Amino acid sequence: MARILVVDDEPNIVLSLEFLMQQAGFDVMTAMDGESAMASIADTAPDLMLLDISLPGMSGFDVLERLRASPHHSRLPIIMLTAHGREVEREKGLALGADDYVTKPFSTQGLIDKVLALLEGETR
Amino acid sequence: MRTDAVVLGIAFGYLALLFVIAAWGDRRAEQGRSVIGSPTIYALSIAVYCTAWTFYGSVGRAAEGGPSFLLIYLGPTLAMLASPFIIRKMVRIARAQRITSIADFLSARYGKSVGLGALVALIALIGITPYIALQLKAITLSHAVLMNYPDVPELRMAEENFWADKSFWVALVLAVFIILFGTRHLDASERHEGMVAAIAFESLIKLIAFLSVGVFTVFVLFRGPGELLATAQQSNDLTRLLSLEAVPGGAVGWVGTLAMAFLAFLTLPRQFQILVVENVDEHHLKRASWLFPLYLLAINLFVIPVALAGLLIGDAGSDPDSFVLTLPLSAGLEGLPLLVFIGGLSAATSMVIVETIAMSTMVSNQLIMPLLLRSRRFHPGSRKDLSGWLLGIRRIAIILILLLGYLYHALVGDAYSLVTIGLVSFAAAAQFAPALLFGLYWRGATRLGAIIGLIAGFLVWCHTLLIPGFAQSGWLDDGFLATGLFGWEWLRPYALFGLEGWDIYSHSLLWSLLANAGSLIVISLFTRQTRLEQTQAALFTEALHSSLVYRSLWQGQTTHGELRTLLGRYLGTSATRRVLAVSANDHDDDQPVAPETIARAEQALSGALGSASARVLIHSVVRGEALDLEAVLSILDTTSQTLEYNRRLEQKSQELARIGEELRSANERLRELDRLKDEFVAMVSHELRTPLTSIRAFAEILRDSPDLPNDKREHFLDVVVWESQRLSRLIEEILDLARLESGRLTLNPQPLDLVTLTRQSVDAVQQVQQDRGVTLTVDLQVDTAPVIGDPDRLEQVIINLLDNAAKFADEQTPHVRLALARHKDRFRLSVEDNGNGVDPADRERVFEKFHQLQPQRTGHGQSRGRPRGSGLGLPISRGIVAHLGGRLWIEEAATLGGACLVMELPERSA
Repeated sequence: MARILVVDDEPNIVLSLEFLMQQAGFDVMTAMDGESAMASIADTAPDLMLLDISLPGMSGFDVLERLRASPHHSRLPIIMLTAHGREVEREKGLALGADDYVTKPFSTQGLIDKVLALLEGETR
Repeated sequence: MRTDAVVLGIAFGYLALLFVIAAWGDRRAEQGRSVIGSPTIYALSIAVYCTAWTFYGSVGRAAEGGPSFLLIYLGPTLAMLASPFIIRKMVRIARAQRITSIADFLSARYGKSVGLGALVALIALIGITPYIALQLKAITLSHAVLMNYPDVPELRMAEENFWADKSFWVALVLAVFIILFGTRHLDASERHEGMVAAIAFESLIKLIAFLSVGVFTVFVLFRGPGELLATAQQSNDLTRLLSLEAVPGGAVGWVGTLAMAFLAFLTLPRQFQILVVENVDEHHLKRASWLFPLYLLAINLFVIPVALAGLLIGDAGSDPDSFVLTLPLSAGLEGLPLLVFIGGLSAATSMVIVETIAMSTMVSNQLIMPLLLRSRRFHPGSRKDLSGWLLGIRRIAIILILLLGYLYHALVGDAYSLVTIGLVSFAAAAQFAPALLFGLYWRGATRLGAIIGLIAGFLVWCHTLLIPGFAQSGWLDDGFLATGLFGWEWLRPYALFGLEGWDIYSHSLLWSLLANAGSLIVISLFTRQTRLEQTQAALFTEALHSSLVYRSLWQGQTTHGELRTLLGRYLGTSATRRVLAVSANDHDDDQPVAPETIARAEQALSGALGSASARVLIHSVVRGEALDLEAVLSILDTTSQTLEYNRRLEQKSQELARIGEELRSANERLRELDRLKDEFVAMVSHELRTPLTSIRAFAEILRDSPDLPNDKREHFLDVVVWESQRLSRLIEEILDLARLESGRLTLNPQPLDLVTLTRQSVDAVQQVQQDRGVTLTVDLQVDTAPVIGDPDRLEQVIINLLDNAAKFADEQTPHVRLALARHKDRFRLSVEDNGNGVDPADRERVFEKFHQLQPQRTGHGQSRGRPRGSGLGLPISRGIVAHLGGRLWIEEAATLGGACLVMELPERSA
């Protein structure tokens, strides 16, 4: 069973994502800031990560950058989540190595589709 | 050692050396590598002012008149200090008009007047001849002293056999020497670079020689200045000599001598030659204005000591004018007396050389040329080549001037001491000063005024100084000295109009200058200037103010052939070719000449013949008039208008630059505001999207999962409701903020009791805070706190403060303390927490929109998952409090140690 790490500092958003992913049949872990996300990755080796950009302290971009630089997680599929609607943010995320990008508020079905597509591409 | 042969050999050797230096200077000038392009050389050459009169005579005067000799050098010092105003102006005019001498200068100023130029040349000739005589006398006398010491020298007079008089031969040798390197070029306005170099060298030699005598006297004959002065003080006579009262004529004598030296420095023909005509670059005046006074100081340093020593040491002989020589001779020295002799020779020759060159130019250009131009042979219409004649005239003039000097020396010379002769000449030269100075600064001075003034001043000078001098030397019956001219007592030469008790020089200077300047002013006021005079007067007085380069503009016409013939006759073919170089070859002789070429031709002729003759000559071939004053002034006006226009343009462009700068900074500010607005919009959208995300996600979950368990469904619905409320609150806050910032926030101010309001607010949040485990302490230190405020808004503020504090209080044992106290006429409500506090640098940033402090963290870096604020609460609160006349700020908590937000409101007055 694929394992998904959800990182967001808004408790209700984490709650909704956790429920959605569990319902789609994934094993879900959560984290509310960058540092605990890094710790969780090291501990549990997730198959995919949903990563919010505006996190307290270490931002989503920081996490992304660090993961892409590390040998173990450079290929971990990551979908960025952001409430910033600006194009530059999206480009920055993709440039830093995010696999996909979802703007809040998002369509739940659309998000699940993207997760499935990414995981499928990974296994193929 | 001191044989005639040795002394003569050294003297001629010295002259030969001078000649070598002069020739070298001239050759360098021809090669374009001028040796006199230095302000130091210029300053040294000005020291031609220090003649044999200085070298021998200063000691003589000091021995008789104490420190009064210094005045002769203070005058020039003042003149040099004033050089930016006077000499600079003269230099600039002379450059523009190709002026060749002081006579040419005055003639040019007063409408290129032939008569005035001739008058000035004549007066100079009469006034300066004694001065040249004085130099000859000094050379002969010093030679005699050197040869005959310790016998008192007897000067053989020339009456019977002039060939036995050494002065005659000295004059002749000098004449040859001056002809050799003073008249190499025809163009008198062309500089004598070799001569100037030689003069500068001579200035060094005489300074070294005099300092050597001084040092020898003070440190060898006496053991330093202390001993010399101590010895001198034992004599009453000498003590009196050192006092200022020893000056002849007392206080009047001081002023008189000072004024005379000041004026003569500017008008003596040789000074004008060196200062103005030979000046290469007017910027040289800057260094000369302090270097030359310094030179004067140095050469006067030992005058008093030498005079004292001469008077103290009997062996030195009786003539103080010779102390410089007799002191080292009395000590039995051989070399030093020779050096002194050479020093004196250099002082005398330098003066004679420059003076004679200047005088010969004046005599040939101002006296002889105008006469010749009237004669048929020299008539402008004639076609003979006259350029050779011009040089010949000048050479003959040199010989005549020196012979005249010799004659004066031979006939009158003995009546006066060196200083006396010098002062007579000074007084004569000073007669040029009114015409010169008024001419430079008063446009109204007319030619007739200048001529009558000069004549009047000259006559008074003759009567009060020159003729009495002749009389005293036995050439005239000196009875009139006591009884007055024609037996009228008020015309006594030394007590004119009953003015007695003055020294003769100050006396003469006063009356002559009074007559001179008085006539000049009065007659100028009652006469009219010709057009040319007006033009020249304007060009002279405005010389420093306009950037206009002088050009006499001719409106008339002539042909190339005529002009070339004219120039050829007076300048020779090669110079003519130079002047007409641009056009000569390509044009037919019958073609008309451009006005600029005519102007160039007149300038070239001015340089050779003086401005007055040049004008006459040009006039003889050009049909038509030179531009008159109106035309020149209109050119001046156009120029100054252009300058004014340029100045305005400059101003405008500066203004434009300034406005451009302002616009740029305004634009910068606007850009910054725009950026802030974009940021604000981005922040708002971000803040709105966050609750919206939860709402949409849970709404879709609820929609897509019909078989959701009831408890989950209810939980999710609660979240949707809560987030919707958060969204509404957020929108409300944003609107508040917008209203606050645009000043449209409607408050409902009314009298209220802050204590009651605080209790209400605490009640509203107490339950929530308790649930979160926050300890809330309330400390109301007043019973009532009457203020004016909007109760709803103020409650919003207080709740916001309490929420805020709870959020940032210590995580394990959160503690919030609210206190209300009076502070003077204000009430302060402070809310403290026990968190980490806020760094002083960040305290103001807390009140920025959307600024979100990082919430408290645990040791594991795990956040507590509290709902975040919007970051708008504090800015809104501060806006509300400010609207109510109060203040809101953050400081360090006094009791709990974390942050403390303080709200201060003024007490409502009863």
